[in-house]
Amino acid sequence: MSSTETPKPTPSAAQAASPKPLWRKLVGFNLLTAVILGVGGYYLGWWIGHQISSPTFAYESSTDENDVALLLGYAGGVIGFLIGMGFANYPVARLLGRPASLREKESEGIGRYFGLCTDHKVVGMQYLVGIGVFFFVGGANAMMIRAELLHDVPTILGPGQYLTTVGIHGTMMMGMMTSGILGPFANYFVPIMIGARRMAFPRIESLTFWLLMAAGFILVSTIFFGGFPTGWTGYQPLNDQAVAGMDSYICFFALVGLSMTLLGLNMIATVVTMRAPGMTWSRLPIFVWAVIGTAILMVLAAPTLIAALLMSSLDRSINTSFYIVGGGGSSYLFQNLFWFFGHPEVYILALPGFGIVLELIPVFARKPLWGYKLAVSGMLGVCLLSFFVWQHHLFVSGINADLRPFYMLSTELISIPTGFIFLCFMGTLWKGKISLTVPMLFCGAWAFNFLIGGTSGVVLSDVATDTQLHGSFFVMAHFHYTIMGGLIFSFFAAIYYWVPKMTGLRFNETLAKWHFWLMFLAFNSTFLPLFALGIMGMPRRVSAYEPNLVPLNTWVSISAFVLGFSMLIFIVNAVYSMIFARIPAEANPWHSKSIEWQLPTPIPVNNFDKIPVFDSDPYPYGTPLPVGGSQAAAAGA
Amino acid sequence: MSSEPAVAPAPAGGEPNHLRRFLTLWLVASVIAMPLVIIFLGPLFGPSTGSEEAAGQQTIMTVLAAVATPVFMLVMLYLLYALLFFRQPRGAALEGPAVRGDPRLQTTWIVITTLIVLGLAAYGTYELEVHYGHGSGSGPNPLTAPSGPRLPVQVIAQQWLFTYRYPTMGDFETTQLVLPVNKTIEFQVTSLDVIHSFWAYKLGVKADANPGVSNIAFVKPTKLMSFWVRCAELCGLWHGEMTGRGRVVSPAAFIAWAHRQQRMLAPATKVLPKYSKTYIPEPAGRAE
Repeated sequence: MSSTETPKPTPSAAQAASPKPLWRKLVGFNLLTAVILGVGGYYLGWWIGHQISSPTFAYESSTDENDVALLLGYAGGVIGFLIGMGFANYPVARLLGRPASLREKESEGIGRYFGLCTDHKVVGMQYLVGIGVFFFVGGANAMMIRAELLHDVPTILGPGQYLTTVGIHGTMMMGMMTSGILGPFANYFVPIMIGARRMAFPRIESLTFWLLMAAGFILVSTIFFGGFPTGWTGYQPLNDQAVAGMDSYICFFALVGLSMTLLGLNMIATVVTMRAPGMTWSRLPIFVWAVIGTAILMVLAAPTLIAALLMSSLDRSINTSFYIVGGGGSSYLFQNLFWFFGHPEVYILALPGFGIVLELIPVFARKPLWGYKLAVSGMLGVCLLSFFVWQHHLFVSGINADLRPFYMLSTELISIPTGFIFLCFMGTLWKGKISLTVPMLFCGAWAFNFLIGGTSGVVLSDVATDTQLHGSFFVMAHFHYTIMGGLIFSFFAAIYYWVPKMTGLRFNETLAKWHFWLMFLAFNSTFLPLFALGIMGMPRRVSAYEPNLVPLNTWVSISAFVLGFSMLIFIVNAVYSMIFARIPAEANPWHSKSIEWQLPTPIPVNNFDKIPVFDSDPYPYGTPLPVGGSQAAAAGA
Repeated sequence: MSSEPAVAPAPAGGEPNHLRRFLTLWLVASVIAMPLVIIFLGPLFGPSTGSEEAAGQQTIMTVLAAVATPVFMLVMLYLLYALLFFRQPRGAALEGPAVRGDPRLQTTWIVITTLIVLGLAAYGTYELEVHYGHGSGSGPNPLTAPSGPRLPVQVIAQQWLFTYRYPTMGDFETTQLVLPVNKTIEFQVTSLDVIHSFWAYKLGVKADANPGVSNIAFVKPTKLMSFWVRCAELCGLWHGEMTGRGRVVSPAAFIAWAHRQQRMLAPATKVLPKYSKTYIPEPAGRAE
């Protein structure tokens, strides 16, 4: 990563002094201090929790752990971690009336990747690596699930371990990957694409990342507290009944919700207020529109989750009864609140994928984006409708049964704006000059996978067929096709497309093509049979199932291991290309006309010496060129 | 879209008419594929023809798959066509035509997709209401209910077991699920602890069991058979083992079975709590 170090643009007087010894460099607000304060804060919270909770409280809900102490421990740990990172410095300085530093660590070397840095490009790189690590933790859990499902009775994992594995896999993927594209790529490229030098709130930008890292660590720590049995949905009252590992789930998702809300607010504020002259709304790159749509969903949906989880934690710790039927609560309440967040959540995962694909195919088809306004309205339409469909997750639950035709209609309506995206995809390829580069291959796979995911969704939106398929592997196959097939394939498209710009180094293309083909074939070989398994009556989240389903499950497990192996090829490629081979990438390998490719590599800390002026949309491809200049001229490069 | 040319430029001389070629391909493929989906894929869908509801679910799924086939073929074939024919020649750096949209095509697309979607929603709503929820858990007061006599069967879920109570057949509670053929059954699904889901696969029934809620699902078995029951909502440690078997028998055999159970379970029936729609659990530590 050292090649991305930029020459110090404005070295301050203090830093120009003689180099400091190593131990002196480690003292200060950085990751080391943060970990020390985090551990200290955890034990402080734990101790206070034990002091204030009487035995009646502590041993209340049939668990043998003290939920108050654990919840306070997590809170103390996170607060200590953030103080150690230096997030308190700015507000404290302002409170005391001292001049606060406006930039943090921007001119430092490798150390800026391990602390609070206000450079959006550093945060983008932090996100890419940090999310990548947790993505592979989640993936490893998937491998364990598939290893267990080789047998029709619990064999490798006990039933409790199995549920915890399923829970960590689902929660990690659904929580961490919400920022899978917005974190690395929107933080890195949205300011550049709109001609800004930074994000609107650079400190909050860094905060979203470190909150997410703290959250990921908390979720993994659930294995020390007995795990949790609820899967990623965390339904009540099972949630209330579970051992202390459930508190890890609650803290994880609440922190992810906080991180998402802040990330969304920051993105909206940046795009609304910091566009360069000439960057009108109709000239925004389509990726930025997808980011806005996602950000709106994040800001409106994630707080509901935080509230639902706060009530869960109160039910668990101080014996309130928001969700407990015997105490006047309702088990429906959690389902309602959770899915009010949970359905927009799946579009938070899908929308950035739409943006990446529509942003990339003009480059590889050498054509302007076809139907720009249709694509924008498609994204905003999905965004709006996603708040009116959540009860389709509860078709057989008996809640508001008379409203089911409405939710059936609204769910099916969502396929109209999604269809816009497909039409724009198809229109852009029409008579284009397509080069099958690795990112383009991933974009094509996105269309293939998302079409299967979308079509199977129509079957699930009908109440009668959903009665058969709800809670079965069919649902599982459906959302893996939309989320893994949609989000993860476009995530890899973005990695192969943009990382050469971010690091200045190129990937090994042979390994990349092996990665693609193996991943694409193994993905379909894993998840297509799951539709059949679901139709044959295989329920989700069980490690014991009907013996006649063993052969198909064995096939799926073996395919899943190949899919896992394809991810190892990617890791090998990334490590080999970025650390050992280090072959410099071309300045603009894809001949893109988008503005980020016109900047020098590495991109200077301030992005632009002079704020650019835009006079066209970013897709001036094809013959004849539209009247006016191109973005390349606008960049002044 | 002001700066966008509305119509695509005329194809260069010698180039085939891609539009006509692709549409022909798609039409032929769809005409071939649709009957294949209905004839060969349709019977593989759904549980069985063990009840009216299960058979209906299978029919609806076949209809949905048939409607989806041309849409699916359109995009898949297009992807294949584009990747085969719209390629950058090796080593060349050609640009495609700078077309930025086609309002007529876009409008057509919107109208057609909207019509398909509204049609599907209307069809789904009609089927749902006419078939009294199609075997789904429809809440404590379903909007529509089958006329005529029905046999109420209360499904009581708890960790990790289903028991069945027959309030009109002597009010006994048993772990066996036995149903008479060709009679309308009213399942009243409730839970004593966490959320479960009562799933009788071959009957085409799925209804969540919520504590404090009586979730009603109607079904009319049409065949003598045995079927399995399992929990379809994650309910804790032994969720995967929360299974059972059920039987559909002739009405005479059902009556005989019920009388036998009634006699055999009489001592247990005496100490059962009074039949009620729900059994709200007492908060911990405050049981009488």
